[in-house]
Amino acid sequence: MAPRYDAIVIGGGHNGLVNAAYLARAGRRVVVLERRDRVGGAAVSEQIFPGFTYSVYSYVVSLLRPEIIRDLDLPRHGLHILPLESTVTPMLNGDHLAQWGDHDQSRRELHRHSPRDADAYDEYGRLMQWMAQAVKPILSMIPPDPASLSPRDLLGLLRFARHLRGIGGVKLHALHKLMTMSSADFLDEWFETDVLKATKSASGVIGTFLGPRSPGTAYVLLHHYMGEIDGVFRAWGFAKGGTGGVSEAIAGAARAAGAEIRTSAGVTKVLVRGGRAMGVVLENGDEIAAPIVVSGLDPRLTFLGLLEPDVLPPDFADAIRRFKFRGSSGKVNLALGELPRFTCLESVGDARGPALSLRALRGAISISPSVDHIERAYDDAKYGEFSRAPYMDVVIPSMIDPGMAPPGKHVMSIFVQYAPYKLNGGWTDAKREAFGDAVIETLSRFAPNIRSAILHRQVITPADIERVTGLSEGNIFAGELSLHQLFFFRPAHAWSRYRTPVGGYFQCGSGTHPGGGIMGANGRLAALEILRSA
Amino acid sequence: MLKRTPFHERTSALCVSQAWRRWAGFVVASSYELQHDREYHAIRSSAALLDVTPLYKYLVTGRDATRLLDRVVTRDVARMHPGQVVYTSWCDSAGKVIDDGTISRLDDQRYRLTSADPSYRWIAENAVGLDVAIEDVSDSTAALALQGPLSRVILERLTQTDLAGLKYFRLTPATVRGIPVTISRTGYTGDLGYELWLDAPHALPLWDALVEAGTPYGLTPCGMLALDLARIEAALMLAEVDYVSAHHALIADQTSSPFELNLAWTVKLEKGYFVGRDALAAEHARGPAWRFTGIEVEWDSLERLYAEVGLPPRLPAVAWRTSVPLYSNGSQVGYATSGCWSPLLKKYIALAHVRSPYAAPDAPLEMEITVEHRRKRAAARVVKTPFFDPARKRA
Repeated sequence: MAPRYDAIVIGGGHNGLVNAAYLARAGRRVVVLERRDRVGGAAVSEQIFPGFTYSVYSYVVSLLRPEIIRDLDLPRHGLHILPLESTVTPMLNGDHLAQWGDHDQSRRELHRHSPRDADAYDEYGRLMQWMAQAVKPILSMIPPDPASLSPRDLLGLLRFARHLRGIGGVKLHALHKLMTMSSADFLDEWFETDVLKATKSASGVIGTFLGPRSPGTAYVLLHHYMGEIDGVFRAWGFAKGGTGGVSEAIAGAARAAGAEIRTSAGVTKVLVRGGRAMGVVLENGDEIAAPIVVSGLDPRLTFLGLLEPDVLPPDFADAIRRFKFRGSSGKVNLALGELPRFTCLESVGDARGPALSLRALRGAISISPSVDHIERAYDDAKYGEFSRAPYMDVVIPSMIDPGMAPPGKHVMSIFVQYAPYKLNGGWTDAKREAFGDAVIETLSRFAPNIRSAILHRQVITPADIERVTGLSEGNIFAGELSLHQLFFFRPAHAWSRYRTPVGGYFQCGSGTHPGGGIMGANGRLAALEILRSA
Repeated sequence: MLKRTPFHERTSALCVSQAWRRWAGFVVASSYELQHDREYHAIRSSAALLDVTPLYKYLVTGRDATRLLDRVVTRDVARMHPGQVVYTSWCDSAGKVIDDGTISRLDDQRYRLTSADPSYRWIAENAVGLDVAIEDVSDSTAALALQGPLSRVILERLTQTDLAGLKYFRLTPATVRGIPVTISRTGYTGDLGYELWLDAPHALPLWDALVEAGTPYGLTPCGMLALDLARIEAALMLAEVDYVSAHHALIADQTSSPFELNLAWTVKLEKGYFVGRDALAAEHARGPAWRFTGIEVEWDSLERLYAEVGLPPRLPAVAWRTSVPLYSNGSQVGYATSGCWSPLLKKYIALAHVRSPYAAPDAPLEMEITVEHRRKRAAARVVKTPFFDPARKRA
């Protein structure tokens, strides 16, 4: 009997869904198998506390590829990305640093801290735009294999080399610095205001087990900057309804294209016969056959979790074993009875329009008062403890999308770094709460009313991320975004092209090029590669 | 000095940007904040409050009110029920559009007409011999648009009137916090929304009530820049931008018929005589020479043209209102009149006049764009409008 499906996609995360949608649009009969009772993976919205919707894990959208939004007609399926316009950093001395959506306003604010930095900022912005422009095409490139002599790889390498040469001398040097330096050192070359450097360098450590003074972090800075220059104005934003809104929209597009999506259908094993994938086995013992099996899971689960050990070449299996996850971040979600009052914003008035404090709460609040603050937070983690005073990226989605909480009430999302997966003594319920307490304690130094405002608190450790979403060691990017794990090294040399050593078995998760974040490029590029081969 | 609307005391206090624009002799906010993004997203995500007082408004009353309006406009007014609102255009005797607006049947013998241009003289000229009174209430009637997916929830907090039962393009008298208003289920955004019509002296208390009730739901005062994006997404045309009024045109080529403006659905040839009917019947028989349609600029083409000079695509964050040539196989076949980057759809869209043979859905066109001072042509295609048409608009 012929199989019912042309392709099985394992995992209903955003990349799995994008992959399924593209395959279905090309006329393939596709089924997505999701272990949880809902799609989305780490991009889910849940009412953990009645009336309040949390973007439980991933909480902002920056890099979702515009071609995917257009190809899949996601707005018709409910996608609406709302702008996140400002970042305010409270300082220990009671002052603050703000970056607004408006250039003049931002400049005036930075000028208050350092006239020199205010001038440098525009030049820095131009450099980063150049850099992002240089790197961006690589995001939509299927990585060539530098060691291969096949015409396609050689052509790919030629295109890559031509691209690099086209960047030109000065910019190539800057790019080299970005690729090798620490974010703190890189920023030192530009700015003198410590709180500015702290806030900028914070984006260089998100999702990595590195500190702002660790080499290699400058690149991650760029990775985060890319969302801002894209053809989509203000690409940084919130998905309406939380990040689950993105997953729901992609799922809607996939279904409309004919894909079937099954939830509560965990896969335990990929069936391989004669070096070819034949189908999968579900948790309930059912078998589903298909000539193409695509894994949206991270590299460890894809290769070591779902395949028999003898299926893979030993050097490849070894490379996957050495692929670094090292989850380093946690999340605290709060339901609030009232808005937090940040001391540094309360005293500043504004003659016209809504008070500064209210406007600031529509954007991100960065708890990054100094580079030392973040580096010290990392010091704790280096030796197996969670940060006593962590770096935090705080957003209040209900300020932008009022539907996230009952009228007048709010939800707060706190991204916290560092919380090492390998905690001394391991994660326990008591450790989780102690971690949550450290977060609230640090936050309350800047917003004293936060404690009394809390109606409900959800604390998520890397161990929780792993347990619920499956992401190994709770790494939010499905594998660290360090240079030795990017482009043709992601996830392993010679296998960066969404294929695997097993025929008909493909990978489409964030553990492939171009990496993590709600980007969708992995799912799309994998689909293009699959359609090319089959 | 320009006229101020009855909401000016509130709108001026909110207008941080100091960006104002003229509208029918009034001064209104272009945007309240320094950037208009948030105001736009409020229209599509929560709720927006817009001062639309500058619309010209006329009350037409009397035994022959229906007859008069039926004589002037293209829609069938006699078939309107009290409480109904229709969108319509009206034409000169050559069947060319003078203006477009809405007619509200307030009761059996009382109508309110809104227009973009002053229309008193034209209506009065057509009323000769009819038992009808025409009153210009443009200055004495204030108007607010409450638009967006949460507009109903907000309004329900302020009135006992059954809003769930108020269908698309219907109106009802109501009391909002004790203030007598007319609420119509209409708007210029293509989203769920209402317009509130009231006597000017009640303007400020009504504004305050809406802001108070709406703020917890994300209600945002919204200026014309944001509205312009929303109305293009909804493919709602603007007089003197997307077409030239037959009363302003200096040459015949500048004018357009309702058929040429994609308004065939508003032309009721069977209803009997009305101004321009004969010309329109003839045009209907032979088919219009032009179509008014949606254009989508192809992203890949745009990206390529900019990549040639080493730039990422530049996109219009503010809607443009200039005439932009459209080509097919090298020759010009039309022109776009309004365009923008849709922040919601992530598409570059435009409204355009295209010669009928080239205006079929999906037909390939090229639109002129200027890349680094040089004229280029980006691939585009004809698409069906509205570009964005959420179910909630009518639900």
